[in-house]
Amino acid sequence: MFFWSLVLIAVGIFSSFIYGRSRIKLNSKKQGTKSKSLPNYYAQYVLMWCLFPALIVYFSWAIFQEQIIQNIVISNFEYIEGAVYNEGLLLAEIRNVANNPSFADGKSIEIINAASHYSSLRQISQISFYTSIIIIMLLGALYASQKLKPEFHAQHTIEKYIQYILIFCSSVAIFTTIGIVFSLIFESLRFFAEVSIFEFLFSTEWYPFIPIREGQTAAEGSFGAVPIFAGTFLVMVVAMCVAAPLGLLTAIYLAEYASQRVRKIVKPLLEILAGIPTIVYGFFAFVSVAPFVKAFGQSIGIDASPTSALAAGMVMGVMIIPFISSLSDDVINSVPQSLREASLGIGANKAETIKKVILPAALPGIVGAFLLAISRAIGETMIVVVAAGTAPNLTGNPFENVTTVTVQIVVALIGDQEFDNPRTLSAFALGLVLFVITLFLNIIALQIVKRYRERYE
Amino acid sequence: MNNSIAKEKIISLRKKRSLEDMRFKYYGFTAMCLSLAVLVFLLYTIFSKGYTAFQKTIVLLEVDYNQEVLKLTPDSSDEDMEKGKFFRVKKQAIENFFPDLSKSDIKLVKKLFSINVDKEIKDYFLDNPEVINTKQQIWVTAHSDVDQLLKGNSRRDVPEDRRKLNDIQLSYVDQLVEENRVKQVFNNFFFTKADSRHPEIAGVAGSFMGSLFTLFTVFILSFPIAIGASVYLEEFAPKNRITELIEVNISNLAAVPSIVFGLLGLGVLLNVFGLPRSTPLVGGSVLALMTLPTIIIACRASLKAVPPSIKEGALAVGATKTQAVFHHVVPLALPGTLTGTIIGLAQALGETAPLIMIGMIAFIPNIPTGLTEPSAALPVQIYLWVESAERGFQEKSAAAIMVILIFLFMMNAIAVFLRNRFERKW
Repeated sequence: MFFWSLVLIAVGIFSSFIYGRSRIKLNSKKQGTKSKSLPNYYAQYVLMWCLFPALIVYFSWAIFQEQIIQNIVISNFEYIEGAVYNEGLLLAEIRNVANNPSFADGKSIEIINAASHYSSLRQISQISFYTSIIIIMLLGALYASQKLKPEFHAQHTIEKYIQYILIFCSSVAIFTTIGIVFSLIFESLRFFAEVSIFEFLFSTEWYPFIPIREGQTAAEGSFGAVPIFAGTFLVMVVAMCVAAPLGLLTAIYLAEYASQRVRKIVKPLLEILAGIPTIVYGFFAFVSVAPFVKAFGQSIGIDASPTSALAAGMVMGVMIIPFISSLSDDVINSVPQSLREASLGIGANKAETIKKVILPAALPGIVGAFLLAISRAIGETMIVVVAAGTAPNLTGNPFENVTTVTVQIVVALIGDQEFDNPRTLSAFALGLVLFVITLFLNIIALQIVKRYRERYE
Repeated sequence: MNNSIAKEKIISLRKKRSLEDMRFKYYGFTAMCLSLAVLVFLLYTIFSKGYTAFQKTIVLLEVDYNQEVLKLTPDSSDEDMEKGKFFRVKKQAIENFFPDLSKSDIKLVKKLFSINVDKEIKDYFLDNPEVINTKQQIWVTAHSDVDQLLKGNSRRDVPEDRRKLNDIQLSYVDQLVEENRVKQVFNNFFFTKADSRHPEIAGVAGSFMGSLFTLFTVFILSFPIAIGASVYLEEFAPKNRITELIEVNISNLAAVPSIVFGLLGLGVLLNVFGLPRSTPLVGGSVLALMTLPTIIIACRASLKAVPPSIKEGALAVGATKTQAVFHHVVPLALPGTLTGTIIGLAQALGETAPLIMIGMIAFIPNIPTGLTEPSAALPVQIYLWVESAERGFQEKSAAAIMVILIFLFMMNAIAVFLRNRFERKW
């Protein structure tokens, strides 16, 4: 349905453009004056008035049609007294029957009635959708064509419209942030209505098992996220233990020692490392590193589990090496040459210059780079989902199975999503924590780096 | 005397210091080499685990297309032929696969064949209807367990109860190998089929198309918006607090974990707007929002690189600001913008977590044909296969990784080509 309406809109704007062009030429000929702007601007004017109202109708239909239809169907549904209905399941059933008449066998009469109601509503909606698109395009073109007079400054108007469009484009970033914050806070509030925020932040028991069906016996879920935070922290520490020295030393070597040729070869290779999708690292961790860690643990007498914080953290460390090395490389390169020369001039050799002059001078920038890397490690998902395990475990032993914030978000949302269930909602609360922490780290890091840059400019 | 001791001390100190210098340089070099060695090891692991997935094992099966068994006649219509009793033909063929099989043996033999064999027997017949009432030797797909055994991915020497194939089945496979009734050929299923519960007939075609549709959506949404946003911020925006807010926003969005974008998609696009779950439309929208900062940053850099004299020249001959920017600055910045967009798309291609959040992780056994159809995506497919307990999926996941890496490599190559070919140095 929506494809053909796009074709309809395309035809509409094309003809409106042609119409606008010929109309203004005709009008100016009639009046015997030249138009204030080139004919194309008048054509664009008609086109915009034709296109944008149609697009608004199109998108609002695409977004709201299904919901409105569903609400009407549900509100007209003949409930049988005494029976308990799950609205989501009911809707799915009605939709199935409506889309696929063969499913109707054996369904109750209310459902079949509702399904036919549903399909008739869909049909009505479709017809009115096409008519309203055509009408709105015609109205737009009609309105615009009244302005097609030679004394009308079409170009000014068009340029004003373009400004609005550009402003809209740049505010998408703001809308995105607002969307993120609101969806996280809204669902988290629903979660905290059922689970106390203190339990969530300070309790150490994470058993999010809540009976899904009525009558199913299960313990009350408990949502203490401390083991999850601890697991995230452990994996992050392991990752930084790998990435910080390797990344920093690589950056120092590339910035201070390596010849131009080596830099030219190594930097793109490191970029490859940075461009590899994280699921590929996850596969690597699962297939190569985790068995190796297990074998290594056994050889030194530690009972390592097949998925461990160490395996996930090490691979995550490899993932952020290029991140740290390229940021630190930039930072080291922006240390003024005069500092280097002064140090070398009083007889220090290169290593001493780096250790005693360049690194202290670059320290804030490097700290900023590390903070950005930490924020990335905390937010990384696929490696830990594949290689770190899903059972919460409050431990400091990297050979054990731990779980992280991101893993728990995935686990909570991977199966049936029931938005009246704290199990599903917990994902949003964890997401909020993740968002706040990474945002905080980021702002600090950017501030540090910015101040550092200003110092040497 | 004193003098020479001092001299010696200085010399030894200098030696120590230069040794230290050497050592430090060596540390740096080792670190760099280690990082690159990991890269090589990673690629090696993927290749060595994955290359076997490009081959499949097929078995020679003698099929008797007897018209009574099929319940067909030589002049049956095409429609009737569709309804032929091919499962009976297959049953018979398996019963006679080895001479003198007992009932329990037949069950074991049956497990050597893929579930797809019925269809292969049928397709062979439909392609050559003249074979009715003849015996045909046709190559059919072997079960994944046989396939893995012959590729050496599963081992023979583990105890029988921990093996997929028991001792009798192993002896059957050995016999087949001896009689040359089994061979390995190019695995066309891997490239033409979608996901399946059976590793031997699972392929990447479905998830590949899903990824293409997703990337298409990302491109359609993010490219115009990114250009609009960066043109505004670079050329038109007044220096005020709102502009600053937008800029801070963009740089912060670039560092928001991808999984949070997934939650945005779930909370807003699916729950509030009610867009269809598991579809490239929603996946692409989420990834577009995620890659937008990357593209905007690249786009602004290339707009900045256009020298102001171009714009000033246009303004001097009477163009309005909008004309100067859109007719002169933007076209010159376009190659850089495209490069940035392709790099953003490459990032979106490998992104997994947001797609899992919006339900693209569902098991989809057919190839999607549109933006609003449920579909898988390559990285999610890899995840599903990595997590799968079935041994045969491991090589598939590695091979799918090879596909995605080749795809990424090509995109980056195009980006580099565009940059070198069209970007002007002023």
